[in-house]
Amino acid sequence: MVGGPLTAVIARDLRLALRQRGDALTVVLFFVLTAALFPFGLGPEPNLLARIAPGIVWVTALLAVLLSLERLFLADYEDGNLELLAQAPLPLEIVVLAKVLAHWLTTGLPLLAATPLIGLLYGLPPEGYTVLMAAMALGTPSLSLIGAIGAAMALGARRGGVLVPLLVLPLYVPVLIFGVSAVDARLQGFAPEPHLLLLGAILAATLPLAAFAGAAALRQSVE
Amino acid sequence: MHRFANPARFMRAADIVYPWALGGLVISLAAGLYLALFASPADYQQGETVRIMYVHVPAAWMALFVYASMAAGSASYLIWRHPLGVITAKAAAPIGAAFTFLALATGSLWGKPMWGTWWVWDARLTSVLILFFLYLGYMALMNAFENAERGQKSASLLCLVGVVNLPIIKFSVDWWNTLHQPASVSRIGTPAVHESMLWPLGLMALAFTLYFVVVLILRTKSELLAARLRALGAAGTEAR
Repeated sequence: MVGGPLTAVIARDLRLALRQRGDALTVVLFFVLTAALFPFGLGPEPNLLARIAPGIVWVTALLAVLLSLERLFLADYEDGNLELLAQAPLPLEIVVLAKVLAHWLTTGLPLLAATPLIGLLYGLPPEGYTVLMAAMALGTPSLSLIGAIGAAMALGARRGGVLVPLLVLPLYVPVLIFGVSAVDARLQGFAPEPHLLLLGAILAATLPLAAFAGAAALRQSVE
Repeated sequence: MHRFANPARFMRAADIVYPWALGGLVISLAAGLYLALFASPADYQQGETVRIMYVHVPAAWMALFVYASMAAGSASYLIWRHPLGVITAKAAAPIGAAFTFLALATGSLWGKPMWGTWWVWDARLTSVLILFFLYLGYMALMNAFENAERGQKSASLLCLVGVVNLPIIKFSVDWWNTLHQPASVSRIGTPAVHESMLWPLGLMALAFTLYFVVVLILRTKSELLAARLRALGAAGTEAR
């Protein structure tokens, strides 16, 4: 019963994103461009760049996701679609998860695809790539989920664009810490699995949290 | 529970509690400061700088306590629609932010002579910094909407989401072996702090708590008055 409308929501968001191809492209461009700025600022010393590569990838990915959060609910809020979705038989919690999934497919996945490029630019040692990709694959959905909570809360606020980073960035810190330390552990010859497991745990915890908190925030934005 | 959600009843209860809290605050603060600054011994390792502890530790406790009470207020607002829950939480937020800032600032002042640095990216310090940002985010979100009720609901939700940070702060010193020392007062049975330091610490903690109660009552009352003024103003414009 849930399957039909659920896929409809995801497919609709994906179609919209594909029609405005620019949006997803901007996010990836921002990611690559910002990451490319650091060697100019810090100097092109290869050892330094290889050491900070995981941190740079994570911080810039996080900022890129932040950039895309505003459009997560805003268009639907402004044209009244959100009110219809809130009255639909489909639980709003499921709608939130569907929209987050669509958001991840259009931002997280392209970021994931661009990550090896940045690793290459920074001279990341070869053994780091699989862990970095695994950490990004586990971590970026959490970024979309946590971001959805913040975006839903700030919907219709004055200065919403400035507000969302203030709400979301503090909550992003654990993902950042474990995402970077997984790669660092592998590069220093330790097991990255504990950090990856913690990233998975964060994902498992944010999944229901984002569904309930996001739906609650959306509900009162259309009240 | 529901009995205390009535603002008028809260005002009456607050009027009874207020003078006692104020008196207790004056006495415990005076006694605590005297014991902390003059009567307690200097530490055998840290010397006189250990006295920063008597402000730092209660401030850090209060930073957590205020957030937890705000979360309780937010929950009672979201679940039972108790307006008093969100009003007290809103009134508590700047106090909690101030305590958090005080804990960070005194910690920094204490860290310089002890660790040789103003700031380290240690787990406890970082998680408390995040708590500070959560307070700021709560206050910003509360005031970001034209519709006051919308801000109250969104900020209450944020407050509840941010609760995940509290256990992280509490256990950060046990989970990560970084520079900050592990918990030494709350050990069950035998605290690792000597009585001569435990007494001033306890008194200062009591003084900080009473200070919170006193300011919270004042701020909540003014919030309630402001809400009444807004309601009267709205009624006035409608009548016209």
